[in-house]
Order: sequence, then structure tokens, then C-alpha cells
Amino acid sequence: MSILIPVAVVSGLGLVFGLGLSYASKVFEVKTDERIGAIREMLPGANCGACGYSGCDGLAEAIINEGVHPSRCPVGGIAVVNAIADYLGVDEGSIDVNVARVLCQGNCDNVVFKYNYSGIEDCHAANALAGGMDACSYGCVGLGSCKKVCQFDAIIVENGLARIVPEKCTGCGNCVAECPKSIIKLVPVLSGFTVKCNNHDKGVIARKNCKVGCIACQRCVKVCPSDAITMDNNVAVIDPEKCTNCGQCAEVCPQKCITNTIVKRF
Amino acid sequence: MKELFAILIGAILVENFVLSKFLGICPFLGVSKKTSTALGMSGAVIFVLVMSQAVTWLANEYLLKPNSLEYLQTITFILVIAALVQFVETVLKKLMPPLYKALGVYLPLITTNCAVLGSALIFVERDYTFVEAVVFGFAAGLGFTLALILFSGIRERLETADIPEAFKGMPITLVAASLVSITFIGFAGLIIG
Repeated sequence: MSILIPVAVVSGLGLVFGLGLSYASKVFEVKTDERIGAIREMLPGANCGACGYSGCDGLAEAIINEGVHPSRCPVGGIAVVNAIADYLGVDEGSIDVNVARVLCQGNCDNVVFKYNYSGIEDCHAANALAGGMDACSYGCVGLGSCKKVCQFDAIIVENGLARIVPEKCTGCGNCVAECPKSIIKLVPVLSGFTVKCNNHDKGVIARKNCKVGCIACQRCVKVCPSDAITMDNNVAVIDPEKCTNCGQCAEVCPQKCITNTIVKRF
Repeated sequence: MKELFAILIGAILVENFVLSKFLGICPFLGVSKKTSTALGMSGAVIFVLVMSQAVTWLANEYLLKPNSLEYLQTITFILVIAALVQFVETVLKKLMPPLYKALGVYLPLITTNCAVLGSALIFVERDYTFVEAVVFGFAAGLGFTLALILFSGIRERLETADIPEAFKGMPITLVAASLVSITFIGFAGLIIG
């Protein structure tokens, strides 16, 4: 019989505390805005932090309490923003949906190697060794540090070159921050043509180091009908705001480093 | 008074919970990256420790001892602490929103902090009176605060230090923690009272 006392004490305590807590939660109930919960449901729920808040909960709260526009979430895309904007009855606003793009095509076939790297699989580590094994000191190291931080499985590393799957990329920008070479850029999803090179060397050196590097010949600059291409320190850069996706630059590029990656996602 | 002072100094320096007794290591390493978060966590720990000491002492004295159920201390204390923290959180959310915001996520984290349970088990071991137990809890919280603030200062400096690649991150943190702990052994010779 004496075993019943401890059982009664512990289960009694549990019962008292349980009842007390549920009673307290009723008495001390704080009214939270039910819209916060509803918006939280609509957000992607990846808690990636790309919006600058602590997670999807933080953004949902900020949308209601601070009047932050739903397009702050770069991950959900137009569908999510529209859903939240409809729910709140606010203007959808202009939505910049970005995707990340690797500005390099220097895979193992295209780039010349300085040395054979057999250290740990990490771009930062390789980059610390004389700027990586590629002769081009600007290009993709290809050890997949970006792939490790991507929460959406949108990055593939093939043949020593990171590639972003545009259908999966949400534009959260984690890889942009991770890349030691800073060659991943966020570009508007609707601009198709990008100069996939970030080599600031002079043309002769660029050509010697990589088969597909920009040699700063400026043919694309001259051919572009909408003046969207400028030279930035020996690399052509396309301004997505001016680009009309006509594709003439890609045709004239002798190094084939301007490519079209239009995504039909929406 | 003298005994209380001895308990206070003893728990802060001689038997510092984190650095000498190795209780509450998880928040010690987890939230010591910045001094501001360390302060938030420490505040919550002091708060919960004082309250839980009082409640667990009463539970021990008037529930367990009369029924000679001392062997149930661990489970009862955990139950009491968890319920207390949950209750305090609910109340704070309603009555003191600024304090609730300041303690934030740290409050529920402390439910399973072994420093809280540890200090409850220690006062039983030492047969403290009610006042002594509460002072001990307060002092343990202060000791925790001291350790956290000391260490967060070190970690803030480590951020900018030139550390060998292999030691970056957790390894250097653990090495630093062990060194801080060694320095606290120096207080072991301090005899109070």
C-alpha cells in the first residue's frame, strides 16, 4: 500500500499543476491578433531569415504590427505575396523576385589549374591557398560552400562549377553571402541574359586562364540596341533594368560567356 | 547574517556554478556570444533560480519530508520548476510585457537548465533553511551571471583575434572556457566563515 503514496504525490502534483496552468492560461490570456497566425500559415515557413526578421513568425508579426509589406519575403514569390496582400486588402505593390546566378562558367574543362587541391571540401579553405586552384583568381572554386548553405537544394556542383537551378532558387541570398569569390549575384528573375564571368584581368590574361572568360572585347557593348551593357573594369555587365532580352549580345560574344537563362516560373 | 554572506560569496566565487561545478554549461556556451544576450539570459536565470528555490524548498519541506519521500526529489523538483516557469511566463506575458520581452526566449529555455535543478538538490544536501536556500539560489544566479559576462567579453574579443584555422569557432571557445574555469580554481583556497 505504501507505494501508493509516492504515486499519489507525483500524479497529484502533476494534476494540480496541469489544472493550475490551464486555468492560468485562461485568466492571463493575452489576445494576439489572429491575422498573425493566418499570415504565418501563408508564408513559406522555411525560417530562412532572408526578410531580415528572426523567421516567418517574426515577419508575420512585423506585417501586422509594423505595416511591413508582404513582398518583404523574397522566398515565397508572387503567389505568396498576392495571397497575403489579398488577405490584408493592401496593394500588391511591385515585386522584385530575384534569383541567384553564378557569374562563372569555369568548370574543369574550361579553366586552367594552378595546382591540384586535395584539402577539405570547402571553398574558403581552397581560397585561402593562393586564391584557389583555378588560374583565374576571380572564378568559381567549385567545392560547394554555396551548396551547403542553400536550404532549397537549388545549387548543383558539376565538374567543378556551381550551378543554380532557377526553378528551385528562391533568391534568399544565403549563397551570395557565402561565396568567398563573391561571384553569385541576385538578378531579377525576368532578365534572361547575364555575363557569366567576373574576371577583371585584361583580355589576354583572361583568355589564357579560361576558355569562357570575358576578354573585354566590347562587342556586346557595341551591338546592344538599348545601351544596357557597360564595361566594368574589364568585364561586361548587363543592366537588367535596361535589357530587353533581345539576345544580340549572346550571338556576338566570341567567348560565349553571355548566356540566356530565362525561367518560366510564374 | 554571517552565514548568509558566506553562502553568497561561496556560491558566486568559490563554487561558481558554471566554472567550478559545471552546471548550466549549455547556456554558458550557447548565449555567451554577445554581452547583451548574456545579460538577458543571466537576468532570467537569477529570476527563475530565486523563485524555484523558494517553491522547491516548500515542496521538499511540507510534501516530501513528512511522507519520507526524499527519493522523489529529482522528479518532483523538475515538475515544480517546469510548472513554475510556465506559470511565470504566462503571468509575465499578461502583467509585465516589457519584462516578458526582455527575458524573451530565455525564460522557457531555463526550465531544463541543470543549474536550477542542481541548486535545488544542493540545498537539500546541505540542509539549508528557507532563507538560506533563497539566498543560495540568488547567489548561484549571480555566479552564473559573472561567468557569462566574463566569458562573453572574451568571446567578443575572440571574434577579431587571429586564430589558427583549425581552432576557429567551437574549439577555441572550449579552450577559453577551460582556461577561465582554471582561474576560478584559485578561489578554492578562500575559506569563509
